Formats: sequence, structure tokens, C-alpha cells
Amino acid sequence: MDLDKFKVHGEPLIYGAMISIALATIGILVGLTYFKKWGYLWREWLTTVDHKKIGIMYILAALLMLFRGGVDAMMMRLQTAAPEMKFLDAQHYNEVFTTHGLIMILFMAMPFIIGLMNVIIPLQIGARDVAFPRLNAVSFWLFFMGAMLLNISFVIGGSPDAGWSAYFPLASLEFSPTVGNNYYSLALQISGIGTLITGVNFIVTILKMRAPGMTLMKMPMFTWSVLITNVIIVFAFPVLTIALAMMMFDRLFGSQFFTMANGGMDMLWANLFWVWGHPEVYIVILPAFGIYSEIIATFSKKNLYGYTSMVFSMLIISLLSFLVWAHHFYTMGQGAMVNSFFSITTMAIAVPTGVKIFNWLFTLRKGRITFTTPMLYTLAFIPIFTIGGVTGVMLAMASADYQYHNTMFLVAHFHYVLIPGAVFAVIAGFHYWFPKVFGFRLNERLGKHAFWWIIISFNVTFFPMFFLGLMGMTRRLYTYSKESGFGPLNMLSFVGAVGLAIGFVILVYNIYWSTRYMPRDTTNDPWDGRTLEWATHSPIPLYNFAIVPKVETRDALWSAKQENIPLYTDTKYTKIHMPSNTGKPFILGVVFFFLGFFLVFSMWIPAIVAGIGILVVLAFMSFDKDQGYYIPVEEVIATEKKLMRGETV
Amino acid sequence: MKKKGPLYALFLSLILLLPGCSSIAVLNPKGPSARTLSDTILLSILVMLGVLAVVYILYIFVLVKYRAKKSNEGYIPEHEEGNKVLEAIWIIIPIIIVAFLSVVTVKTTNEVENVAADYQDQTPLVIYASSSNWKWHFSYPEEGIETVNYVNMPVHRAVEFRMYSFGTITSLWIPQLAGQKYAMSDMLTTLHLSADTEGSYIGKNANFSGKGFAHMEFEALVLSNKGYEDWVKEVKETAPKLTEEEFKGLLATDYLGRKTYSSTHLEFSPPPGDHGEHMSGGGKEMDMDNGNQEHQDNKEIHPSPEPSSGTEFDSKPDPEVDQPLPSSPVDESTHEGH
Repeated sequence: MDLDKFKVHGEPLIYGAMISIALATIGILVGLTYFKKWGYLWREWLTTVDHKKIGIMYILAALLMLFRGGVDAMMMRLQTAAPEMKFLDAQHYNEVFTTHGLIMILFMAMPFIIGLMNVIIPLQIGARDVAFPRLNAVSFWLFFMGAMLLNISFVIGGSPDAGWSAYFPLASLEFSPTVGNNYYSLALQISGIGTLITGVNFIVTILKMRAPGMTLMKMPMFTWSVLITNVIIVFAFPVLTIALAMMMFDRLFGSQFFTMANGGMDMLWANLFWVWGHPEVYIVILPAFGIYSEIIATFSKKNLYGYTSMVFSMLIISLLSFLVWAHHFYTMGQGAMVNSFFSITTMAIAVPTGVKIFNWLFTLRKGRITFTTPMLYTLAFIPIFTIGGVTGVMLAMASADYQYHNTMFLVAHFHYVLIPGAVFAVIAGFHYWFPKVFGFRLNERLGKHAFWWIIISFNVTFFPMFFLGLMGMTRRLYTYSKESGFGPLNMLSFVGAVGLAIGFVILVYNIYWSTRYMPRDTTNDPWDGRTLEWATHSPIPLYNFAIVPKVETRDALWSAKQENIPLYTDTKYTKIHMPSNTGKPFILGVVFFFLGFFLVFSMWIPAIVAGIGILVVLAFMSFDKDQGYYIPVEEVIATEKKLMRGETV
Repeated sequence: MKKKGPLYALFLSLILLLPGCSSIAVLNPKGPSARTLSDTILLSILVMLGVLAVVYILYIFVLVKYRAKKSNEGYIPEHEEGNKVLEAIWIIIPIIIVAFLSVVTVKTTNEVENVAADYQDQTPLVIYASSSNWKWHFSYPEEGIETVNYVNMPVHRAVEFRMYSFGTITSLWIPQLAGQKYAMSDMLTTLHLSADTEGSYIGKNANFSGKGFAHMEFEALVLSNKGYEDWVKEVKETAPKLTEEEFKGLLATDYLGRKTYSSTHLEFSPPPGDHGEHMSGGGKEMDMDNGNQEHQDNKEIHPSPEPSSGTEFDSKPDPEVDQPLPSSPVDESTHEGH
């Protein structure tokens, strides 16, 4: 074994990161011991199988990753702010843009959305938990450990540096001899397995656990979007699993799937990657459409316009998302015929997406629109995402793409799609559902301040990139000459990035401020909501609903409020079955983390031990006879009484 | 939503501040292929501005008219299922737009994949462009000469680039002359272009290829026919021959300035088999072999860096190069161990 592999040399930035990671770890350990919180942490969080707590952990991890990926973004914008900058060298810059992409898509956007769906979906369908609560914990811990594995690469051994798409042969051992791309294959593999399990779990939850009366076409739009998303996950993620396994074999065991010689095919990787990668962008965007649908309906006080066409447009988008992957490499020389096919399927996605935009606009029409913070993000989404959408159509035209491909135009396009499409959505959803989870709202004034900083700075950052691309600036370029003329627009983009950072800092400050000073909400329904999650208490009791609601219309709670259609026809409390907490998912995650780490460094014997460890934990989980427990009726009644008086439990 | 004012003012000023279209390479074409693409892009921008206008007008109208205000307090909007006719309209109109753009796309894609209409009576000048590490080799089989990191071509002449790579995937792009295309190790891709105007254009690798990626720019010089012939003649008379040994040396170097030779590497290191033609509908039969075996064999001598020095950018530029490096690379020597 070569200990040199662990070292990352030279950069003061990296030493700084090492020291701060070490200090933060020591700080957390000392703090936990001093305040005697180890037991609390273990009982309440590490072993929890409660979907709400798992959701909160997902969101916390995603917020953490938002800042990690955000710092990467700032470093990139600073490095390219002026010609011939010497802030980062090529290697470091390559690692930074690679991890920025990976973290923002896989460890920020997706977990944030999975976090929101963990918290909200069971509530929205009137269920008491997800279908497989312990498996849900397994999902979370695999995602979390995968994310941690990728994050330590920065200080131990070096991060992946071949771009988030890791094209071969660049990502092969021959051209990327450091362990960076080993981290890529293993960290993504571990968290990807977690995501796949989530997909199965939520499909079953939504199909089998809806409240009585809630037919498929009476489901709230967010639930619909999550159902479709999870179907995409179940179809797309196995491709990633296989591709990453092949990559791992190439890099660790000398197989030749994607190499240059011996029959390896470099473009096979690109095909497999994008067969997963293109549906992946819909995995983060479709739930966002669901979130926006809920928020627009709530704050314009109207039911969603064209519900049926909204559902079908999502179904069509999900189908098409699997038929367009080759538009990521029109320039591969696959000829005019193939390019034309993928061009047309890609442009076709604009049709169902347009249907959604117009349906939202017509939901607003004749409504009574209030501009709360979640609504502002939703409203900002429409014009900004439309720019992303129309530039997407422009990129979809194969011939024109020969000029846009791999340029900053593309970078501008996908930020115009993904930031309003996913990031604004999770922020909007976060502000919207925050009072449900914690029992108080976030401050509106601070929320609006953050909003304007983020919206304006976003455009200042990314709009210039359209022009940079047309001027011939390629993406992933760590330096350029003065003569290229790219300087001024890049500087403008950097200024925007600073503004975005300020906006996100205000957003987090708002969470801190509101936790301390905002008055508690006693109504359980602060926004005058329409769907079932607002029909239970805030914060939510462990069992979600003391009595399972009955649903007759699409906006069940709204009907109950407006038309006096009763939600609860049963009046008698009964004992409630709940799953018991278990530490095994957490332990499984930790063992997976070590397996990944040992494989990254080709430490075979410890890796084999960890592999056996996983089998042992799995065996223990399989033979677990714990059938959960019942909350007795008296306890349910006592809790409900307390909650109705506005106390917390 | 009045606060959106500053946002749009910003957009407008940004567009006005742009130093004219001349600095926007893609919209300033100098050849038929790039012109087709530029026209396609401008057309699509116009159509898309139309789409944006419809959405934005509706958006502003709805937000201004139906915002919550004192006068509509207590108003509870009616339940509204949707409207089949309206929904059909915003399904059919986008389909028409997409169909129109599809026709444009298929037509222009075919155009740029082939020799431009005005040049179809010519036999194209074939230039092999191959990349290795962070440099470009241009071989002219007809003239029997080879250049590194610059390419010269005659004006008003159909040129056919045939691209491949000795390493990672790269993408040859001369924005003012044609759209880009990948160069890969196991297949040959073809790019047709021709220039209408003499001049010096920037060419580059557009596909991220590792550490030296930022420095993979080259000059594409379009000469008069006379100028081109003179240049070829001069090269043949003055430049040294490219021996196999010399070529291996070139491949092994990470980074080079310009070089010129009076023979090509194609003779002893043939390119991979042509994969592109059957795919672009050339009518040839399927040929699913994995490239020219000799090209594959060449990979054994391919100068993949030793893992110890890695993709390190440590080798000094060849001191014997004819001309200085295109731009000074930022000092790389501080970052070891990767």
C-alpha cells in the first residue's frame, strides 16, 4: 500500500479545509459530550425510522452540501473573473468544477427534494408513515455516507477531476491516475443504491397507502410528481449502477470496458451515463413542478387549472426523458439521421412543459394572488425557467448545437433550467412547509430580502454566459487570455455570484432568526392550505393523523373548509401501530462508507472485511423479529388534547 | 411585481453594452457552414422571443390584474376545472412551432454534414486533424506536409477535416468557419467547411480533456490560393521530414508550440477505421470493427504518462519549437501528488 496516495499537497486552501474539518469534528465531538447529547442523538436521530425526521436530516444534509457546492462555485467564478487569474491551478480548478456538479445535482438538489417528499408525501396522502420505514432509514444513511465519501476526497487523496460526466478515456486510470475517480465511482454507487431504494419505497407508499377515497386522479399534484419521479428513478438508476460498476472494474481491476485499446469503447460510457443522466434532470425537476403547483394553487386561492393535462404532461415528459439522451453528444459524429431523431424527441419535451406553464398562468387568472415568500419564488420561476426552456429548444436543434456544445451557452442554459426548476422550488417548498414541520413560519421580511438578492444575482451571474458561449468561450476553462475578450462578462458573472452568496447567507440567517423570535403558529394551517398535510397538527405528532382522514375531492382540506365535507368521519380513537427505531441502517451506512473508502485506495483485505460486515448487518436485518409497537389509545387521546391546546409534545 | 423593473433594465443594458455582434464569433460567420448555423440560430432566437413574449405578456397581465388588494378582499375565486379548447390551443401551437423547427433542424443538419452547396463540384481538400495530450496535429495527405498547432487552408475551397485522437476525447471547433465535432481514439469523424474570407480565425478544442485543456487553441489561417500554394511549396522546401521517432517524441510531449514538417505521420501511423460514413448515410456497408488495427497498435507506443508523473503538466515546452507558446500557462508546478 502506498501511503503517498492519501496526501494532497501544496495548496494553502486545502490545508485550510483540512484544519477546518478537523476543528469542526473535534468541536462537534466535544460539544456532544459536554452537553451529554450522545444518547439524544442516537435515540432521536441516528436510529429514527420516522419519515419526518429522516426528511429533516435529508434537508439538513442538502443545505450543508448547498454551501459546499456554493463555495466551489464561488472559487470557479473568482478564478475566471479576469484573464490569466492565478487563484487556482488547472488541477484544482478541474476538481472544483467536477465536485460542484456532482454535489449540486446528486447531493444537494436530489436529497433536498427527497427530504421534502419524505416529510410531506405521507401527510399529503393521509398515511402514517412510508411503506418501508426501516428501508427508508437505509436509503438516507447510504445517501449520507456516499456524500461524505465524496467530500473527504478533497482532503484525502484528491477529488475526481474529469468533470461530473466523467467521460472516458479521460476518467480512466491511464489519464486520471489519482484516486479521484475511484471516489466518483464508489461514492455515487453507494448513494445511488440509497436513491433506488427510495424509489421503490415511495412508489409502494403512494400506490398502497393513500387515505380512503383518494383515487389516483384525486391525488395532490406534488404526490403525482413524486410518484412519476420515483418511477423514473426505478428505471434510470440501475443504468447508473451498472455503468459505475463497469467504471470501477476499469479503474480498480484492469477491465477494458471504456479504454482506448482492446475493444474498449469510450462513447459507451457517454451513452450509459446520459441514459441515466438525462432522466436524472427530470428526477430533480418534476417534483419541483409538483411543489410549484401546490404553492400556486394555495396562494391564488384556486384549484389547479387543467389538472388532468398537468398529470398527462408529466407522464409524457417522463417517457420522453428516456428518448433524448444522445442530444448530449450530437457532435459525436453519429450522422444527420440519428441527430435528427434525438433533436425532434428533445424539442417535443417543450410541448408538455409549455402545457404546464400555461396551466399555471391560468390557475393564477381570476385568482386572488398573495405574494408570500414561497409564492415569490414560484412566480419568479415562471419567467426565468421559460428562458431556460426556450434556450433548451435552441440547444435541441442538432445543427445549431454544433456551435453551442460544450460552451458557456450550455452552462447558462442548464443553470437557467436547474436553478429555477430545482433550487427555487426546494427553497419555496422549504418556506411553504416549514411551519408544518416546526410549528412557526420563517420571517417574511428576511425571506423577501433573500429572495430579491437571489433572483437578481442569479440573472447577473448566468445571463452573461449565453453571450460568452456565443463568443466562443468553452466550459470548464480555467484560464483565458485577455485578447479573447471574455474578461468583462466573466467579471459581471462573478459579481452576480457574490450577490447569490449573500442571498443564501440571508436565507440561512432567516432560519436562525425565525427559530429564536418568530411567534408559534397555533392554527396548524397558516397559509389556508388545500391539501391533507395542513389537516394535522404542527408540529406533526409521531403518528401524523390520530384518525385517518377520508377524501372525496382533489383539494380535500379546502373542500372540508369551504363546503363542509367532513374529513374525519370516524370519531373514535384507536391504538396506532408504529415501527420501532433501529440502529442497523446507520451501522449499515457506516460499513458501506468504510467499504467504499478501502476500495478507493485498493486496500483489499479491509475491503473484504467490510464487505463481509455488510452481509452480516444485512443478515441481522433480515432476521429482525421486531414487529413494531402500538401507541395505546390513552396516549393518543392525551397527545391530541395537548396538541389541540397548542402545546408541543 | 413592479420590482422586476431593475431586472429588465439590467438585461437591456447588458445587451446594449455588448460590443456589437463582431465579437460574437458564432454570429459572425466566415464560411457557408458557419453561416447556415448562424442563420439557424438567429431564426430560432426570433421564434423563441415570440414564445417568451406570449408567456411574459400573459404573466404580467395576470399578476397585475389578479393580485390581492383591498378591493378584492374576501373574494374567494370560483372552482375552475380547465377548458378543453384553451388547453388544446396550447398543445397544438407548440406542436406547430416544434414541427417547424424540426424541419429547419433536419435540413440544416444535413447541410452542414455535407459539402456546402456552392462547393459541391470541387474535390475537397482533406486535412487529418488529430489530438494528443494538449496539442493538435494537422496532416495534409495530398501535399504531404504536416503542421502542429496551426492549420492553413485556401480560401473558397471545400475542406474536409477528418478527426481522431491519440488520447482523450477532444472536439475540433473553429467557431467562425463551422460547428465542432469530436475527435475520438476509435473512430474517424468528418467535418466539412470552407471559408469565404481570408483571415486568421481562432480554433480550439471544445471538449474538456484534462489539465492542459485551456491551452488547446490553434490558429486557422485562410490564405489566398496563391498564398496557400506558396506556403505549401515553402514548407516542402524548408521544413524537415517527420520521422516516426520524431512523431513519437511529439506525442510524448504534453505541450508544444507550432511545428511544421514536410511529410505526414499518416504513413507510419494510420488513422482509425472510418466509422462516420455509414452513419451519416454515405451508403457504405456496415463496418463495425473497432478502428484500424494499426492505429490501435499505436496506442502501445502512445505516450500515456506514467502514473508517477501522472497528467502532470511538468514537462517544459520543447525549446526547439518555431514559435512561442500561444499563451503563458499559469504556473503549475506547485501542485504535486495528483
